[in-house]
Order: sequence, then C-alpha cells, then structure tokens
Amino acid sequence: MKRPRIFSPKGTGKIKRATGSPGSRILGVGGYRPERVVPNSEIVEAIQSSDAWIQERSGIVERRFARPDETVVDMSYAAAKDAIAMAGLDQSEIDAIIMATVTHPYQTPAAAPLLADRLDLRCAAFDISAACAGYCHAVSLASDMVRGGSATNVLVVGVEKLTDFTDFTDRSTAFIFGDGAGAAVIGRSDHTGIGATVWGSEGDSWSTIQQRESWVELRGREGVAWPAIKMEGHKVFRWAVWGMAPVAQRAMEAAGVKPSDLDAFIPHQANMRIIDAMLKQLKLPKDIVVARDIATTANTSAASIPLATERLLREGLVPHGGLALQIGFGAGLVYAAQVVELP
Amino acid sequence: MAQTEQEILEGLANIVNEETGLDVGDVQMDKSFTDDLDIDSLSMMTIVVNAEEAFGVRIPDDEVKNLTTVGDAVRFIQNAQG
Repeated sequence: MKRPRIFSPKGTGKIKRATGSPGSRILGVGGYRPERVVPNSEIVEAIQSSDAWIQERSGIVERRFARPDETVVDMSYAAAKDAIAMAGLDQSEIDAIIMATVTHPYQTPAAAPLLADRLDLRCAAFDISAACAGYCHAVSLASDMVRGGSATNVLVVGVEKLTDFTDFTDRSTAFIFGDGAGAAVIGRSDHTGIGATVWGSEGDSWSTIQQRESWVELRGREGVAWPAIKMEGHKVFRWAVWGMAPVAQRAMEAAGVKPSDLDAFIPHQANMRIIDAMLKQLKLPKDIVVARDIATTANTSAASIPLATERLLREGLVPHGGLALQIGFGAGLVYAAQVVELP
Repeated sequence: MAQTEQEILEGLANIVNEETGLDVGDVQMDKSFTDDLDIDSLSMMTIVVNAEEAFGVRIPDDEVKNLTTVGDAVRFIQNAQG
C-alpha cells in the first residue's frame, strides 16, 4: 500500500506585519434626519391611541419619516458627507465602509458598495446585521481595523428606514420607530480613543424582536403578512434595563474609567422609559449629559446612537474630546458597549 | 423563608408605591394592576423585578401576564417561596 506523502511547509516566506496604529478614535460624526416631521397625532388613529398614551409609554413626541423614494443609501450619503467634513478629510481618504442596518431591502447585495460608489470610492464596503446594536458593533470592528492596519479611515454608518418594516396597526411598535442615518469616521490616533468593546448575544431570546415572517415564507404563500418587525415590549424592557446596566458598567471597567470621568451617556434611543430606568440602575453622577434624542427622533435602531451623538455635539451640550459611554442593544438579542472619546 | 400573605401584600404595596406613587392603602388583594391601579406594562415590569429581589423569587416574563390582580401576584410569590 502506498504511504501518504507527508507535506512540510516551504518555510521560505514570512508574512509581513501590518502597519497599524497605536490607537484609534472617532474623527467626526454626521447625521441625517428626513425632512418630514410626523407628530403622534398622525400615528394614533390606526392604533386607537392618544398623544398622551404614546408620550407616557415612550417619551416620543414626534419622529421623522423618509420619503417613499428615499433609500438607506441616500440617507447614509448625507450623514457620511457631514462626518467626513467634520473629520477634516477628503472623501477619497476613506478606505473602508461598514454599514449597520436591518432595513436595506435587499437580501443581497449589501448597501455599503452602493454608498462607496456614491462617494466615488472603490474601497472595502460591507454591511453588518446587529439591529439596534449595529453601530457599536461597527465602531468596534472599525477601531480594530485601524489599529490592526487593515484600514486607515473607516466610515461607519448606522441607518434605518424602519417605516418600510413597520405595521402601523401594531400597538406595540407603530409609534416607536423612525427613519434616519448617523455616521462616524474612525481613524488613527496616538492614544486610545475607543475603549475595549463589551459585547454578546442571547440567541435563546431570538424571537423577542423579529421580522414577522421570513422572506421564504412570503414567497407564494397566501395569508402571509408583510414581514414587519414585531416586538415583545415588556420583555425587551426588562432585558434592556436590568440586563444592560451591568454591561454598561463593564464597558467602563474595560476602558478603565470611572462613572465620574464620563461627560456623556449615549444609550441606544429605544424608549425614554428604558433610558430613565437604566439611569436609576447605573446611578451615574448628575453632571453627566444623557442623550434623549428619542423625544423628537423616535427609535431609529442602528442610527440612534450616532444621531444622538451628532446632536449633542451640534447643540454644544457635550465637549469635544469628552468621554462618552455608548451602549447598543436590540434584536438578536445582541448588545455592544464601549467608552469613546467624542470628536 | 416563606412569608405570610399579609407580609407579602405589605411588601408589594411598598414596591408599587415606590414605582407609581400610589398610596400603599390602595394596593388591595382584589385590585387589578391595570384596571384599578392604572399601572402600565413597563411599570409592571419594574414592580416585578423589584419584587423578585425583595422576596427572593423568580417571576418569569411569560408569567407576568397572568398576574392580573394584586392577589394573583401575592399568591404567586407565596407559592414560589414555598
């Protein structure tokens, strides 16, 4: 019997170490809010509710809806241009794009290559799916790419056109969602401007927030509803408050900062009640600015944290160079949190 | 250690008071959380989590919808302490 040949490696080549960066930081942020403002009064009839009921349960006063012909790529482009300008870069200096979204309405291809093309770029461009935690996941990847030498300036976009996937007769979700895009440019730094990410998943609660039907179920079957997003609100509330407060705590520990070192707390804008209850658990010092963009933007999933960040900076409520604790959590269930230096 | 129905009711009334500001005297066994006490689902969740901690029991998410009245909650807690 023939004996198998034993291969040994050639051993002549050695992989060159990539030239990374000692640190990474957010160089700029940008946001895009669609023009149309939609007050609660436009939502209430289909769910037999009232403005007071919605505000009581969510803190939401109004939201923005994209135009029917406005795409996630259109919204991303607008946010990206502002983020690149704030970073002081030319768009040609972006060498990777990560788009976090769950509402790009094509299973394939991804949205990011379209955004790259809109920016006249041919760089790496891909989407990630981590729902409301998408932006914090993307920031983590981008930071590691910059430090590892795979990219120099990464454009991260969190964008959603949730109106395409909302059932406006569903009392548990119709008033919650809005549309928008937030962007950030992550680049090199001589110091650590993005702390280690604390992240994870709880797939045993996969159906707590989910697209109602799969695309396959939609094909050729009668009686299958449009795959809008459904949510078990009270379960999400419990998980988000009592499950996520310890994650936020761990993110501070991972970054080596104390609550008193923070300038801002920027949680995913899921529901004002979640933000308030989370604050009660975290017992953060009173001088820390808390993002409450949800009141006029509603829950824009992956876009909510960069949109809230952009607003705090634009309105001069937080200092450039200050430290912010950001935490995203949502469908999966998945979560990610990190402390970042504000641009 | 298992507590009496009255002890659990008093403890629960304090938790309800802390979350909603309702008078502890209004929290009676036959009162419905939703219809009589006007407690919404998110406040109910906060009450549940605080009750779990105070009474050393676990109240699963799916059980919460069965706790219609204060009495339902008191009995559930008492059985769970068993």
